[in-house]
Amino acid sequence: MVAPGSARAPALVLDEPLSLWGGLDPETGAICEPRHPQHGAVVTGRILVMPAARGSSSSASVLAEAVRAGTAPAGIVLGEPDLILAIGAAVAEELYGVRVPIAVASSATLAAITDGQAVDIGSGGVSAD
Amino acid sequence: MLAGDAGAGPALAMRLVVRAAEVLEADRLIPITGAHVDSCLYHGEATIDFVDRLVDGGATVRVPTTLNVGAVDLIHPELWRGDPEVGARGRRLMEQYRALGCRPTFTCAPYQLADARPGLGEQVAWGESNAIVFANSVLGARTARYGDFMDIAAAVTGRVPDAGLHRAEERRARVVLRLAEDIPLPLFDDDSLYPVIGLVVGRLVGGRVAALVGLPPGIDEDRLKALGAAAASSGAVALLHVVGSTPEAPTLTDALQGGEQDDEQIVTLDALREARAAVGGEVGGSIVAASLGTPHASAAELVAIADLLAGRPVADGVELLVSTSRDTLAGAEQSGVAARLRASGVELLVDTCSYISPILRSPSGPVMTDSGKWAYYAPGNIGAAVVFGSRAECVASAVAGHVVRDPTWGTA
Repeated sequence: MVAPGSARAPALVLDEPLSLWGGLDPETGAICEPRHPQHGAVVTGRILVMPAARGSSSSASVLAEAVRAGTAPAGIVLGEPDLILAIGAAVAEELYGVRVPIAVASSATLAAITDGQAVDIGSGGVSAD
Repeated sequence: MLAGDAGAGPALAMRLVVRAAEVLEADRLIPITGAHVDSCLYHGEATIDFVDRLVDGGATVRVPTTLNVGAVDLIHPELWRGDPEVGARGRRLMEQYRALGCRPTFTCAPYQLADARPGLGEQVAWGESNAIVFANSVLGARTARYGDFMDIAAAVTGRVPDAGLHRAEERRARVVLRLAEDIPLPLFDDDSLYPVIGLVVGRLVGGRVAALVGLPPGIDEDRLKALGAAAASSGAVALLHVVGSTPEAPTLTDALQGGEQDDEQIVTLDALREARAAVGGEVGGSIVAASLGTPHASAAELVAIADLLAGRPVADGVELLVSTSRDTLAGAEQSGVAARLRASGVELLVDTCSYISPILRSPSGPVMTDSGKWAYYAPGNIGAAVVFGSRAECVASAVAGHVVRDPTWGTA
């Protein structure tokens, strides 16, 4: 896994990759990138599902700050591993003892997840109800 | 170090480096000769909690380390217009990174510092997306996309996972982007072409290593900076071979390391026109500000802005802000360029940037910029309405007080 842990929560499926830095407001948990298709959606407590992370190298800080502020997603499912988010999750666990599991899923699994569907992340991988 | 014999701070740093090696499936760590750390920009209490752990745990950097921008201009602190409490925390974070032994450069363009430029093939750990793509592409140094926390962890341990762009074979271009042949030749002399190409490139390639074909040879560093910064905003671009301009790509065959591309795409004139319009088209006649110098303006760019102004004052009610590094500013103070800029009413900003901190008098805009990166991030970060144009158009607009922009851009 990109970041260890387990979570079960409704999916928030993003139509486009999101840079958490500049794209997520850690105070509110809302997607604040105006051009993003899911602009305004709140990630808190959801499993964020996106094909890839994107953009600035400051996204690790935003993820850790969202954990501190209690606005972080319950977990993240990506189409490919992402070091920046992995380190953000590792630091959040070091500092606050809270895990945001991050897992990689096949493109078929990603495509099958619909918005709002309950998704499980665990050591066995990603599964959707 | 992992066992804590060097102290709790180095042990924390090493745990992160080892975690990174696991994620990247690297089987060993390799030494680095330098680092550029982006973690000194305040993103909330978590960023302070982290650096406090390192400082209190006795960590210091083991390799020469430059610092990226912070939240506050420490030389012109009066330019901060936000909550003084937040400014104080941003400042404290910057000071804590100095306490770790980092050099207080506070610039997103460390490659403009003659003594901080890694050479071809040198292994480094850089943060800040534009600096990463510049180090890999333009300098031929080797760094992965290191984010906050990981950059300083690498600097404290002096080690990175042997993976990704640190390895020669991973630097091979996988996708070839060809500029369409109908791009009018005069456009190649227009500074604004380069960030627009970057925005399109980032969208087309995502995180893959790409080779760009079709630009005239020997594109200068300031244009490559603008192109790379935009590409690293719209995509996760960490290495872009610009054939004929960057050191690992004298030819396309070199960029491909003699292999075959997985994918080839054309960058069309239509795509460029659309990207230019999408990133900040006409939003009405007036502007409240123009922001230049993202990434930080080079010495040559400061001269170019002063020459474009030619002593004319900025219009009443318009702010013309130019961001640069404290080192470049020191040179411009000596040469008299800074005085020329200030005489026209230019505000010179160092150590930070106008789209990450409350600096602009009227951040909602419209603000004109020549930066693809500024145009990409400012709407989300500071709520600015953006008009994108060339450096010359930004200066002309700031002098006129309204948008002066070529409506025929990209037409033959």
